[in-house]
Amino acid sequence: MVVQIAIPNSNSTVSVATGLFINNEFVPSVDKAEEPIKVYNPSTEEVLCTVTSASVKDIDVAVAAARKALKTTWGKNVTGFERARLINKLADLIERDAQTLAELESLNNGKPVKIARDFDIGDSVGCLRYYAGWADKITGQSIEIDRNMKVAVTHPEPIGVCGQIIPWNYPIQMWAWKVAPALAVGCTIVMKPSEITPLTALKLSELVKEAGFPPGVINTVPSLGSVGGAALASHKDVDKVAFTGSTITGRKIMEAAATSNLKKVSLELGGKSPHIIFESADIDQAANWAALGILYNTGQDCTAGSRLYVQDTIYDKFLSVLAGKAKELVIGDGFDESSGGGPVVSKGQYDRVWNYIDSGKKEGARVVIGGEKRSTPGYYVDATIFADVTPNMKIVKEEIFGPVLSVGKFHTEEEAIALANDTTYGLAAGLHSTDSSQCHRVSTALEAGTVWVNQYNVLYNNVPFGGKKQSGIGRELGSQALDEYISTKAVHWNYGEKLDWPL
Amino acid sequence: MSTTSFTHEFNTESFKGKVSFPTGVFIDGKFSAGGDNTTIDVINPTNGKVITSIAEGTAADVDRAVQVAKRTYEKSWGLNVPGAERGRLLNRLADLMEKHFDELAALEALDNGKTFNWAKAADLTMSVATIRYYAGWADKIHGQVIETSEDKLAYTRHEPFGVVGQIIPWNFPLMMMSWKLGPALATGNTIVLKPSEFTPLTALRMCTIINEAGFPPGTVNVIVGYGNTVGQAISEHMGIDKVAFTGSTLVGRKVMEAAAKSNLKNVTLELGGKSPNIVMNDADLETAVNWSSHGIFWNHGQACCAGSRIFVQSGIYDKFLKAFTEKTLSLKLGDPFAEDSYQGPQVSKIQYDRIMDFIDSGKKQGAKVHVGGERFGHEGYWIQPTIFTNTTPDMRIVQEEIFGPVGVVIKFEDEEDVLRQANDTLYGLAAAVFTKDITRGIQFAHKLQAGTAWINCVNQLHPNVPFGGYKQSGVGRELGEYALNNYTNVKAVHVNLGHTI
Repeated sequence: MVVQIAIPNSNSTVSVATGLFINNEFVPSVDKAEEPIKVYNPSTEEVLCTVTSASVKDIDVAVAAARKALKTTWGKNVTGFERARLINKLADLIERDAQTLAELESLNNGKPVKIARDFDIGDSVGCLRYYAGWADKITGQSIEIDRNMKVAVTHPEPIGVCGQIIPWNYPIQMWAWKVAPALAVGCTIVMKPSEITPLTALKLSELVKEAGFPPGVINTVPSLGSVGGAALASHKDVDKVAFTGSTITGRKIMEAAATSNLKKVSLELGGKSPHIIFESADIDQAANWAALGILYNTGQDCTAGSRLYVQDTIYDKFLSVLAGKAKELVIGDGFDESSGGGPVVSKGQYDRVWNYIDSGKKEGARVVIGGEKRSTPGYYVDATIFADVTPNMKIVKEEIFGPVLSVGKFHTEEEAIALANDTTYGLAAGLHSTDSSQCHRVSTALEAGTVWVNQYNVLYNNVPFGGKKQSGIGRELGSQALDEYISTKAVHWNYGEKLDWPL
Repeated sequence: MSTTSFTHEFNTESFKGKVSFPTGVFIDGKFSAGGDNTTIDVINPTNGKVITSIAEGTAADVDRAVQVAKRTYEKSWGLNVPGAERGRLLNRLADLMEKHFDELAALEALDNGKTFNWAKAADLTMSVATIRYYAGWADKIHGQVIETSEDKLAYTRHEPFGVVGQIIPWNFPLMMMSWKLGPALATGNTIVLKPSEFTPLTALRMCTIINEAGFPPGTVNVIVGYGNTVGQAISEHMGIDKVAFTGSTLVGRKVMEAAAKSNLKNVTLELGGKSPNIVMNDADLETAVNWSSHGIFWNHGQACCAGSRIFVQSGIYDKFLKAFTEKTLSLKLGDPFAEDSYQGPQVSKIQYDRIMDFIDSGKKQGAKVHVGGERFGHEGYWIQPTIFTNTTPDMRIVQEEIFGPVGVVIKFEDEEDVLRQANDTLYGLAAAVFTKDITRGIQFAHKLQAGTAWINCVNQLHPNVPFGGYKQSGVGRELGEYALNNYTNVKAVHVNLGHTI
């Protein structure tokens, strides 16, 4: 059950165990109820390998393993110091294997190797180290109540067995964002990576074992969303589900949690983030950030600045500068050193994005650049900018998740804010202005969980991140992510009060 | 004159190996001779002989170090370096300490006289854990955003002070250094540190390790010198914004006075103690005996939080005293590097004389030497673990901090009375109570005037739990998140967005 995958431009291969990772071992499905998952290379459209697809029964096995570990070797049975040590060790191992992991990530997801290594993996290692630092610092409170008779303390306990469901756009980084805080607090994990990009999660599982985590602390079960994802969301013995993905699927997860055991839910969903350019902005810099905002990761980013609003006084100039910037990005094979972006991740996504581009044209938006398919293999979508959009267009209302930008115009600050907030989403927003009062007014008014002022798409492991409105529930990163995995127990210890009875 | 250095071949039962490292004044990442070209002899407490001579630092060296530390703070440390990077360097420091674990423990045993095994199990283990703990805090120094009104943005920054002075004692040399370096570096300060002139070796070994870890030169500067020269210079320096001192209450007063007279620098102090250890009738006897022994005899009684006044309730008194005596007599004194030694010599002749003087005073004032009370061996500074009984509250051995393996056992009857006696001291560092009734334990813990209250244990510390003194045992807390407050200065930023006047 181990395959060797060839690394392009070299004579080497990377080995990937393709079973389910449960109790620190790679095992076959208990009932083989699901067809193995075909894993594709989006640059070549070819199959890289197949991996085991977890069935509902496999999910039961994984959950049982996580529950056992929680009761015996993890949870309250392991100190914060030990959790810190193990998470730091895992970070060290990922750093050690960064090149190999980056190559595997690029083969499966399409993003350039250098970006996977220096950004995705670099930030992931930082994320693990950040939460390792928290593991022995999770404190409760002692609270004054009746002096001399009672003491009240709160214990921050781990919620328990956590189902974590992650997407395909940043496979390694989304894995790190999920496992790090959960492990720091003492939870055990059943991790379902995306069926489109399961390979690096499986490879990381080897490092989990090498780092020394007890069996059952992290279990990895690639599976179809409708099978494994649904099973975790509705499982009676899972205490919490954390999901990153589309808003549509997020609703299903929350519904399943409600009808099963009212498990705790945190969601990181979609976005249609507004990016506002005011006339006082540094045009060249703002254009760089705007290009990054829609083209980074080939637009496959929940925070993509996909609705650009430019003040009318600078509209034409800015659009022409931006078009120039967009053309500079080389979108190509991930193993080509000159590539700054790769293909979209799958045929499904490719078709979806092109449908939106078609609808944009049909609904009358003006194509500034892009909009034409390539004739060569690979799920490539080139940078596409639509101008002169109106609020009702599909390309303006719905999340495209590709390198497709809609550019609209505004006159006043109030109008910009109204346009920006006119969405059911609320994940992120950006604004560019050199007027600091305007920066404060507008950032206060924008209904988004992250507001970038004079930059875009830059995140830090110690600053919280998450959505308002239908973009999500809860926060990742920063100290707040810990709260998502903590269940507080208040202990009222009476040592001096005697109760008179009857009342 | 170039830097002094120390080369030594360990050939002992429990440790063999060679060490060699510079022992000069350490400023700006480099070692040099002291300002007056003088040296200090480092004495081996097992035999009174000179181990090595190291450079003596002077007030002029402190001045030079402060200039360097200030420059480093402004250019290559402070908030110029993100927290994650400061954390990375601290973790690297801990990695290197682990790599040189046995060597550092051996140097500590050689210099201080504590056993090699205790140096490993307690000093080194806690030192590494403390550095790692603070590495984790470095990128988590949060200020607050405070809602006032819509036309203002108000937030706080927890900024480093800048150059901090740190003066550490000889009882746990490396551990005290790590308690100081950890929070100061995590929060972004640069440091001028004075180790004790009695036990400088591990601190000097750390200088090379600090360079190896990759800290910018000038981040940590180490100057070994005397209290009344180097210590005084640090306490009164106009360019140092904060001083942290661990040592005797007597010297702590001088540090605070010098700070007050110079630039009102921020002061934190970890001082002495005369900590009560209360054993109730319902205590588990074995637990109480074992911990009480650890409380007064661990580290040869050279612990600021030593449980040196042992109050035993009358119902259990005879049984306790018998078992405690047996336990005391079972402690093996011997060479620090012998595998089965529990206790080595006291750190110096001065301390030896001081402790023997207390023992004498106990005898003269009419207390009974129940166990011990004499020198051990014919050379070096060993003192037998000693228990006095039949004391009265006004005796010197009951009132004053002895800092040696000398405990007083006091019988009591009444709970209210023992709490009164326990609190009847200028000190307030720690206290312990032994009882099976946890309710009573908690009630006692809440009434004892001490910064640490132990229930059914003694002398147990963790890097993440704060430690410090009430009353004249100190100002401020070390360890835990609380220590970060010692090294940050709060700035409130008010951004006016619309209020006109």
